[in-house]
Amino acid sequence: MHITSAVRTPLVSNGKTYADVTEDVCKQVEGRPTREWTIAFTISALVLVYGTACVFYTWWEGLGVWGLNKTVGWAWDITNFVWWVGIGHAGTLISAILLLFRQKWRTSINRAAEAMTIFAVICAATFIFMHMGRPWLAYWALPLPNTFGSLWVNFKSPLVWDVFAISTYFTVSLVFWYMGLVPDLATIRDRARSKVSRYVYGAFSLGWNGSAKTWARYEYMSLILAGISTPLVLSVHTIVSMDFATSVIPGWHTTIFPPYFVAGAIFSGFAMVQNLMLIIRVVFKLEDYITVEHIESMNKIITLTGSIVGVAYITEFFIAWYSGVEFESYAFINRGTGPYWWAYWAMMTCNVISPQLFWSKTIRTSVVWTFVLSVIVNIGMWFERFVIIVTSLHRDYLPSSWAMFHPTLFDISDYLFSFGLFFTLFLLFAKFLPVVNMAEVKAIIKSSSAQLPKSVSGVAKGERVTAPTFNKNAD
Amino acid sequence: MEQVTKRYWKGVEELRNDATYVKNAQSEFAEPSGSDLQSLIDGTNAPRRDFLKTLGFGMAAVSLAACEAPVRKAIPYLNKPEGTFPTISDYYASTFTDGGDHASIIVETREGRPIKIEGNPLSSLSRGGTTARVQASLLSLYDNEKLKGPKRGETDIDWATADKEIISQLSTIAARGGAIRIVSSTIASPSTKAVIADFVAKYPSARHIVYDANSASGIIQANQASFGKAVVPSYDFSKAKTIVSIGADFLGTWVAPLDHAKPYAKTRKIGAVGGGNKEMSRHYQFETILSMTGANADYRGTYKPSQEGLVVANLYNKVAAKLGGTAVNVSPVTVQYLDKAAADLIASRGAAVVVSGSNDPNVQILVNALNSLLGSYSSTINLNVPVNYRQGNDQQMNAFIDELKGGRVQAVMFYMANPVYDHPRGAEIADALPKVGLSLSFGDRADETGSLVKYMTPAPHFLECWNDTEPKAGFYSLTQPAITHIFKTRQMQSSLLTWAGKSNDFQEYVRSYWRTNLFPKATGFTTFDEFWIKSLHDGVFEPASATVAAGGATFAGNVAAASTGISQRYKPTTGIEVALYEKVGMGTGSQANNPWIQEFPDPVSKACWDNYAAVSQKTATDLGVEQNETLKIEVAGKSVELPVLVQPGQADQTVAIAIGYGRSKSGKCANGVGQNAYPLASVIGGTVSMAAVNAAVSKAGGRHEIAQTQTHETVMGRRAVLQEGILARYKKNPKEGRYEPKVETSEGAVTPTDITLWHGYGKPNHSWGMVIDLNSCIGCGACVVGCISENNTPTVGRDEVLARREMHWMRIDRYYSSDADFESMGAIEGYRALEVASANPEVTFQPMLCQHCSNAPCETVCPVLATTHSTEGLNQMTYNRCIGTRYCANNCPYKVRRFNWFKYHDEDKFDYQFNNDLGKMVINPDVTVRARGVIEKCSFCVQRIQEGKLTAKKERRRPLPDEIQSACAQACPTDAIIFGDMNNPESTISKVLSTELNERAFHVLEEINVRPQIAYLTKIRNKEEGPKQETTQETHA
Repeated sequence: MHITSAVRTPLVSNGKTYADVTEDVCKQVEGRPTREWTIAFTISALVLVYGTACVFYTWWEGLGVWGLNKTVGWAWDITNFVWWVGIGHAGTLISAILLLFRQKWRTSINRAAEAMTIFAVICAATFIFMHMGRPWLAYWALPLPNTFGSLWVNFKSPLVWDVFAISTYFTVSLVFWYMGLVPDLATIRDRARSKVSRYVYGAFSLGWNGSAKTWARYEYMSLILAGISTPLVLSVHTIVSMDFATSVIPGWHTTIFPPYFVAGAIFSGFAMVQNLMLIIRVVFKLEDYITVEHIESMNKIITLTGSIVGVAYITEFFIAWYSGVEFESYAFINRGTGPYWWAYWAMMTCNVISPQLFWSKTIRTSVVWTFVLSVIVNIGMWFERFVIIVTSLHRDYLPSSWAMFHPTLFDISDYLFSFGLFFTLFLLFAKFLPVVNMAEVKAIIKSSSAQLPKSVSGVAKGERVTAPTFNKNAD
Repeated sequence: MEQVTKRYWKGVEELRNDATYVKNAQSEFAEPSGSDLQSLIDGTNAPRRDFLKTLGFGMAAVSLAACEAPVRKAIPYLNKPEGTFPTISDYYASTFTDGGDHASIIVETREGRPIKIEGNPLSSLSRGGTTARVQASLLSLYDNEKLKGPKRGETDIDWATADKEIISQLSTIAARGGAIRIVSSTIASPSTKAVIADFVAKYPSARHIVYDANSASGIIQANQASFGKAVVPSYDFSKAKTIVSIGADFLGTWVAPLDHAKPYAKTRKIGAVGGGNKEMSRHYQFETILSMTGANADYRGTYKPSQEGLVVANLYNKVAAKLGGTAVNVSPVTVQYLDKAAADLIASRGAAVVVSGSNDPNVQILVNALNSLLGSYSSTINLNVPVNYRQGNDQQMNAFIDELKGGRVQAVMFYMANPVYDHPRGAEIADALPKVGLSLSFGDRADETGSLVKYMTPAPHFLECWNDTEPKAGFYSLTQPAITHIFKTRQMQSSLLTWAGKSNDFQEYVRSYWRTNLFPKATGFTTFDEFWIKSLHDGVFEPASATVAAGGATFAGNVAAASTGISQRYKPTTGIEVALYEKVGMGTGSQANNPWIQEFPDPVSKACWDNYAAVSQKTATDLGVEQNETLKIEVAGKSVELPVLVQPGQADQTVAIAIGYGRSKSGKCANGVGQNAYPLASVIGGTVSMAAVNAAVSKAGGRHEIAQTQTHETVMGRRAVLQEGILARYKKNPKEGRYEPKVETSEGAVTPTDITLWHGYGKPNHSWGMVIDLNSCIGCGACVVGCISENNTPTVGRDEVLARREMHWMRIDRYYSSDADFESMGAIEGYRALEVASANPEVTFQPMLCQHCSNAPCETVCPVLATTHSTEGLNQMTYNRCIGTRYCANNCPYKVRRFNWFKYHDEDKFDYQFNNDLGKMVINPDVTVRARGVIEKCSFCVQRIQEGKLTAKKERRRPLPDEIQSACAQACPTDAIIFGDMNNPESTISKVLSTELNERAFHVLEEINVRPQIAYLTKIRNKEEGPKQETTQETHA
């Protein structure tokens, strides 16, 4: 039997050429900042300044400015931490796992997604420091040689595992991202007109010369880093989930947490990628690179992971009943019907019900629907962490200690700080670095660039050389 | 040979050898001329080098001055006082005095400052126990808002001036026979009374008026009428099989709670802690509010204040009908369990006691008649050895106020008394006081009364005083100073002696009083000095002759007249009635400016930093108010606005308000906290009535959050947390009420602790543990304040308590029972119903502190090993290592870990004891004051364990059994907390656990296998039928 696969639509539409790719991506870096960018950056920077002031006040006065209490020792701080770490996961998944699975469509979005990962992990890290009573001693959580009678860290503590997991994750993601940037930085270097640009981009492009050997090394290294990153996609959130799973608190003490957290992380990460890409696509006019196909593929992943998360929620409830443990049963009944019922149902609606709308092709190929639902998914995932942390803690074993958590202005402002930080960094990235991986995108438009246009615009404008002579000295 | 020694010149001057050179050759350094120096100083014509030198010096000086670090003065003893060793505590026996409340105590001092108060075990009254108030009184010593010296109006004067002016005025007044009045609360000190007598001898127109803010005048009057003895008898609850209390909070606030606690608890101890005893007293409580004593009762009924006399009369009738007394003619009243109480009283005739908190002499006469019928006067009530805690005479005080208003008083002195604040007629006194020629106060501050007098001659705190006390006839307790006077204060006794023209050495006065009056009673001493030193050492003197058996009292009261009085006064009402009550912590308000007292949660309501209008749920619904909404309560033209606290167990259609709050001139800690409820009290028939039957209560429309340390009322049917049963079943099965969960495995059901991943820790030497008997814990909270005092726990204030951040390491969880029928309701509805407390709940107190888990969940999660396990079973907290992730607090199943949200010391926001130099004197130097951002929790008083072990080591021995005591165990007045080494078979804890581990002892949350070092003994109520065991799940699949 002979099977002919359907003709695939090109991943980059409108017959873009190599030169178009370079031109479309580089013009954002080389041109003056657009109005939209300036407005967005100003807002982000203002939020960051306000947030920084609030974070400084939090550190100056003590964590009492938050709404935490003797019963609820973590609330927004760790909710935000887990949320940001989770968001980061999509970037790594796109760049590493999809690379290994040869999902070529990832090339248009992996750069921005990886940048998102790094900034999200930075935001998450700020909450690690922020939530400490004495952040100036944070380095004690590292196994450093010391003179305190050589006092070591507690390797049994999931927080120490977190330290390793997050720092490894951040390092690998940063290296992966930066290495992927090198060929593109070289492109910008080569096109740069000002001395400063040439110097800076030149320095960061590490002497890239575009030789076959360089490219070969680049490919090897991408594969190796993808190989290293892949387990991290699974391990980081597994370890984060162990902060809860290894504890004794009903609602935390759950073996389902690792897969459930990983799925949730990818779920929220893709939603965030959608949000960012949909904006970049419009603002930077990259509709031909980030096509509806991309959007649809990511929506499918969102629906899949959202469904996994939904099954996990229901499984938790089932196990709470099936185990017969009264504390566990109560914890889950309390989630659904207790004082924080609204948080639980916000989570269920946003995370389980809303992604199911993507079963409809109209909705999953609609830019507006996608954007709105992605925002909803991220809200839902924030509530998931809030529900797990606060609702479990506020009514645990001894009813005498049951308490409510009410956020204060500083809980909210310190969260805003992370948004300010994230968007400021992301906008700086969008302005000064190529948001689409030009080198890799070029690799997938080969077929469609068979017919070269007569002339091109931009820096390389002019008549196309009909018979280019590369390697003139070869003969 | 050639000359090889070369000649060098120092300069051309030497070579030239001119006259100036020769003149100066001898001086090594050339002296600058005067004018040069001058030029240097004023900077004119200064040489370049000198300019730079000056500049350099100036810079250095300026920067040195700028860098000067604050010098913390730590002055070592130049000459070490004999017998005092730095870092080693000295202990002095003394006596706590606060109004009529007294307790024999041991004061721990360190480098000359008292840092802890403990009970004196040699006292046969308190038997080593303390109350929250006794523990907290230490901090009042270091109150920096007290007067620093005598004052005339607003002017500071010295004592000589004060004495001169006061003596001259007193003499003038006495010469013309003008009335001089000394107004005080109960004085139980024989020497002080002698001083007052001396003063009266000098100024014959002087008289001593005694009143108590929470008066027992009615009891004294009734005993005068019934037995011809104007006294408050002593009660021995240990002999009682049936205890009926009608409105008397005898374990919390009534007369001598500390003296009642241990004998009462003795009748409640069963099993190993009760010496194998399987019998308990049965305690009935009838009351309006849910008092702490009521919370301990086996059966409890409620009545409105307008029914109080009728309840007593009806109970009397029921008993009299069986025991042959004369019935009285009163209208019947229906109160739950009243018939049952009567039946039990009759059955336990000769071992019964009825007490009443009423201040109405008619009611007390009937109570006396009732007790007389029951034969209590030859067993449980001893009129031969009366107590001196309450000697106030309401009639006398009333007469005094009338006199004062009539302008017939020319000099008045207030000692341990603040009637403007704490008397129902306080406003009248305030109006009349400025008109008095000579008014003075011995109060420690310009309080509500003190601020209206002409002279303030402040008396020091009792820890700075010499004194003696006779709390019970023939039982003496000495007060010796534990610190020299902090301010320029003078004891009231010295002042009166001075003004009486005698030597003001009160120490010598007490000594000579004891020589004359007490030494003759002592046996076994050759000289007085021997006796005196022994008395000072012991703190108490209780001659054998003082113990007189009860008996010989024949009731001669007029029951009929009393019942007529009752019928006239107690009539049914339809409106809402107000009941005033004293709080276990706050008392009458005399210690209101004490942060420990303010932050001490009420044992029943768990509220602090406020008083409030407590109403039952039904009344709240009727009034259309919810918790924290304000009510306006108006009684005879005086009104207060207070937030509502829904109090299960309170009589419907009543509002209960605590006295002791609403101070206006006590200090920054007390002023404006709550509302003053004393004006709502009234004087009826000559005695003060702490109730108002004709109150107008309405919703005020405001809101005021009440700070509570516990907001969830019920235990949610969690038998893993609280295990309780009833005596009838306990007698058959000592495991009554135990909950022993099983986990099903492939090999059958096993106990959860059999399945474990833990390797366990070895405890080769000691294994410190605790047993807490829920049956004898009365919830008084002495342990809570004892722990605060021992462990430097910061006070955080109302706002922080509202934010649920109180720092107490030791807390007492209070659970109400629920009427919910969980099984028939389904989980969601069932849990919701379990949250609602019964209208008249059973109450359980459960002291909760770090359980020192052997498999501690907090230890595994700390990233930096700040909390670790010791080889002695302690869960240790290393503050210095803590980075404040709070993971341990989250993972603690008992929620006993506390986080330092702010810098609680040296911060203006927390203006309590840690924010001023005097307040800091209370800090226990053995315990670290915790920094901001670290976790803290109960350490099992590791500093005491360490000290005890070191003492034993120095003496080359093992620590004795029970030698080392935690602060909570030591403070406990009922010995409900047993602390000790579980590895030592001789220790009490080992002995108790050896039997109870298979009977009453349980670990809270046993099924999560954290293996606490603390075991609780089941709460057993003396009931015939218990409530069905509320439970949500029996076994685990």
